[in-house]
Amino acid sequence: MSSVRPVIVVIEDDPQICRFLRTSLSVQGFQVIEAETGERGIVEIGTRKPELVILDLGLPGMDGIAVIRKVREWSAVPIIVLSARSQESNKIAALDAGADDYLTKPFSIGELLARIRVSLRHAAQLAGDSVETLFCVGDLQVDLSRRSVHIGEQEIHLTPIEYRLLTMLIRHAGKVLTHRQLLLGVWGPAYVEHAHYVRIYMGQLRRKLEVDPAQPRYLLTEAGVGYRLAYRK
Amino acid sequence: MNDTRPDPDALLARVEREENRRRRGRLKVFFGAAAGVGKTYAMLLAAQAKRAEGVDMVVGLVETHERQETVALLKGLDILPPKLIKHRGTVLREFDLDGALKRRPILVLVDELAHSNAPGCRHPKRWQDVEELLNAGIDVYSTLNVQHLESLNDDVSQVTGIQVKETVPDTVFELADEVELIDLPPDELLLRLKEGKVYLPQQAERAMHNFFRKGNLIALRELALRLTADRVDAQMQDYRDDHAIRDVWPVGDRVLVCIGPNVLAERLVRAAKRLAASLHAQWIVAYVETPELQRLPAERRDEVLRVLRFAEQLGAETVTLSGPDMSKEILGFAKSRNITKIVLGKPHRRGWKRWLLGSVVDTLITEAHNINVYLLGSPRGKTSADQKASKEMPRIKVLRPNYPWGRAKRRWLNWGWAVAMTGCTSLVAWIMSGKFELANLVMVYLLGVVFMAARFGREASVLTSVLSVAAFDFLFVNPVHTFAVADVQYLVTFLIMLLVGLIISHLTSNMRSQAKVASHRERRANVLYALSEDLAASRTVAETARIAARHIQEEFGGASVLLFPDDDGRIIYPLDPPVPESLRNCDLSVAQWVFDHGQIAGQGTDTLPGADAVYFPMSGFRGVIGVLVLRAANLRRVFLPEQRRLLDTFISQIAQTVERVRLAEEAQQAQLRMESETLRNSLLSAISHDLRTPLASIVGAASTLVEEDVQLAPQDRQELSQTIYDEALRMSNLANNILDMARLDSGQAPLNRQWYPLDEIVGGALTRTRKRLEGRAVNAKLPDELCLVRVDAVLIEQVLVNLLENACKYTPPGSPIDIIAELSAHMLKVTVADRGPGIPPGEEEKLFDKFYRLHREGTQSGVGLGLAICKAIVMAHGGVIGVANRQGGGAQFFFLLPIDEAPPQLAVEPPQDE
Repeated sequence: MSSVRPVIVVIEDDPQICRFLRTSLSVQGFQVIEAETGERGIVEIGTRKPELVILDLGLPGMDGIAVIRKVREWSAVPIIVLSARSQESNKIAALDAGADDYLTKPFSIGELLARIRVSLRHAAQLAGDSVETLFCVGDLQVDLSRRSVHIGEQEIHLTPIEYRLLTMLIRHAGKVLTHRQLLLGVWGPAYVEHAHYVRIYMGQLRRKLEVDPAQPRYLLTEAGVGYRLAYRK
Repeated sequence: MNDTRPDPDALLARVEREENRRRRGRLKVFFGAAAGVGKTYAMLLAAQAKRAEGVDMVVGLVETHERQETVALLKGLDILPPKLIKHRGTVLREFDLDGALKRRPILVLVDELAHSNAPGCRHPKRWQDVEELLNAGIDVYSTLNVQHLESLNDDVSQVTGIQVKETVPDTVFELADEVELIDLPPDELLLRLKEGKVYLPQQAERAMHNFFRKGNLIALRELALRLTADRVDAQMQDYRDDHAIRDVWPVGDRVLVCIGPNVLAERLVRAAKRLAASLHAQWIVAYVETPELQRLPAERRDEVLRVLRFAEQLGAETVTLSGPDMSKEILGFAKSRNITKIVLGKPHRRGWKRWLLGSVVDTLITEAHNINVYLLGSPRGKTSADQKASKEMPRIKVLRPNYPWGRAKRRWLNWGWAVAMTGCTSLVAWIMSGKFELANLVMVYLLGVVFMAARFGREASVLTSVLSVAAFDFLFVNPVHTFAVADVQYLVTFLIMLLVGLIISHLTSNMRSQAKVASHRERRANVLYALSEDLAASRTVAETARIAARHIQEEFGGASVLLFPDDDGRIIYPLDPPVPESLRNCDLSVAQWVFDHGQIAGQGTDTLPGADAVYFPMSGFRGVIGVLVLRAANLRRVFLPEQRRLLDTFISQIAQTVERVRLAEEAQQAQLRMESETLRNSLLSAISHDLRTPLASIVGAASTLVEEDVQLAPQDRQELSQTIYDEALRMSNLANNILDMARLDSGQAPLNRQWYPLDEIVGGALTRTRKRLEGRAVNAKLPDELCLVRVDAVLIEQVLVNLLENACKYTPPGSPIDIIAELSAHMLKVTVADRGPGIPPGEEEKLFDKFYRLHREGTQSGVGLGLAICKAIVMAHGGVIGVANRQGGGAQFFFLLPIDEAPPQLAVEPPQDE
């Protein structure tokens, strides 16, 4: 039984949070390996080959972002970052360094499990190389093979850039993408500094896809960090 | 008993001197009467001895003149490569000052202290290079001949008949730590000369006939010996001071020298220098600028300035006084500075004029009690030599515009007017003649003279006077149409007419020029007033710099910039305001030098005259605080004495403003610290209440759950868990608010302003408050088109979240909330309106205070920070936040953000590959 339980490495120095994660994640059927420092965490990731890593950014000694960089040199394991509030720049740095998602403390176990599911699904997709050609969430339907976008029955016409932006979000549905990542992916390296491009196109996209752009249901904003496409199975 | 104790002031002065010396390098001068006595040889000999001791030394520059013995002594010494400077086709070898400073040896040998550097070196004179070495703490050996000493310049030229061009200020010699006299009897020197050991044979022949005559050599030797003896005497004096050997040496003598714009000035300075030196007294050179003297041509006023600079080089303090009465100014100054001796030139008014108009000297002698007055006569036939000498002195180089043509033209025009005026008055007189007495005709002519004096100045009116007398004689005095006079009494008429005309000319033109001076003064006062008024309103250093640049541009013509040092004392380019285009290449190293030394440098000065701007130190109360770089369109507008004085006043005003602004900033910081202290206290008391309440619930509920004995129904268990969850969230919110406030207050959260679509921010806020807003109708009315605002989105979203949460907190559940955003050309207004009970009148302002809650004892949670955070964020964006009661009931919170930039355009359609 234990051999099939997915392994999660938790790199966190606070014993209370560790205890809470261990209890909650074990109940959900995960095997939890704990590490108190970044160095220890890297060793655990190397030896245990986990399905997912939960990493606290504020570690003693080696800091969280350095751990991400180190791990990304040889592993594509999904990493979910935990950070204190109001440190947008840290979150962005972690995401740009290769983290898959982040959660702000304090968080509920429900949120964490949702993020874990998205990350695992995404990793499985990458491994199996089987991208679904039809993406649906709520009324929004995107057929990637036919390049068509529908809200309910109505076909929506998108400009090439809007479409590319949407497909990039779809590829990472449920995950947060930083402005930088979106700029790189859609516009190319020359536009990395033009963060307002993303925001303006996102605004246009919302006007086309959302019922009320001010209360978006699909294209969600992560204030100061980036965007996330809603994902519900 | 008291008598044997050293004078504390003298002791203090000595300690200070020692202190300065310890930091400064030591200067040893090998001093001789003439070339060829063996100074360089002696210097190298001493250097070899030092090398044997293992002292790290380098030969900066030594002129061996190819003398065999001297060249031999250079062996084994570390020689610094000379700086090669191309000048008019030839390559000159100069001492490499920067090389020496970089190499930083203990001792540097620099031959010929009096040498003038080639253009392109940092300093025009080598002794200035040596000064800089000494200031950098490097010891220097150098050589000097007696005829190169500034104050002996006159004497030497008298003795030898040769004017020496290269001179060294006496202070340099006096401050030398050691002077070694290299003496050689004249006969031996002449022998050496004959043997070709000094110059090449041909040169030697010429030299022997001019400079190296035996008589000259004896005189020079005497001068050198006497000077050295004086130094020994001074050392003896120091020794006596140290060892409390008291004698009657004059304490506290102060010599004041008053100079005027004449050839005597320089001699006065030299004489006073000798007097002061013999008295060991402090000396001050004063120039009193009366309105009369301000009318002098610029050349002569430059001359005065030059003499003042020269006096500074000799070690004097200089002042320029200004006032209408020369003797009054001098006396006032003398009293304020406890002057004991005044040195003056002999009065230039002689005979009846002196008796009638008085002279400064006479007034001073009668009124100066307790002050000795020394008079100096002008020498016979010395004037031309003096003038010649003055041309070779270091002088302020001032670029002159070409006036002469314009001035000559104006003069001719004035004369033309004089002729025309005489013609006019003659015409009027001719019309009147026959009907009026001749005496009345004279009056008409005098009227013309008065008019000319008032309108065209002295020259024209004097000419008019003369012409009038002639015309009057020619036209109206019998025999008419000749200049002959029949009746002798008319000669008296002519004489009086001429005298009256001249006196009127003089008085009127004096009045006119005084009015001109007064108007100049008024203008300067106005300019200063305008500057100080602008500066008074300045709140930041950058603003001060901008005001300074504008006013200097207006008054002195030319771009200027203020440079300030960074924390390490290195002068850096300012970022705000940016350096003007024409000053982009201004030399930071020059500015650094000026900042370090507190002395002016650059164009038109003695230091680095090759620079293409002038660098002024800005001195405040705390020493030099920065450097003003001025690239003047016309240097005359900067270096004219009164302009220079005005500029100095400008600079000190600017420096004071910069200091004031900085002090104000510091005071504000202190104020902020104090406020945050008070805040922390109220924070603590607030937290102690608001943090404990949820904690009590959590601990209570959790302990119930932990207790094993208690049997709980599943729904009770669920309820208790829910309580813990809710209360924990409440505490989390509270902690977030406190942290946000602390961050905003400490200024550690610089705004991260970027262009965001407004609906994205509103959307973010609504998403975050979705749970709390459940069951309410939320109506967001935003502008239809995509509206970009440049804000810190995270913070503005926080403002909206706080306002929304507040609305939820204080209004009945289920009541609607409206979000309205209105965009105008310069303003974004966002309103969050509810249909709750509204705000009690008088509470509107207090709501935004920290730790303020509408109902103190109410059940509402929170420390009362939400609105204070909103206010801090909005104000950081330069906006305003407010609250009003809404028509039809309820409250509406609104904030206004200024829009000072047009949103970016996506003009470049990004690459499309599809």
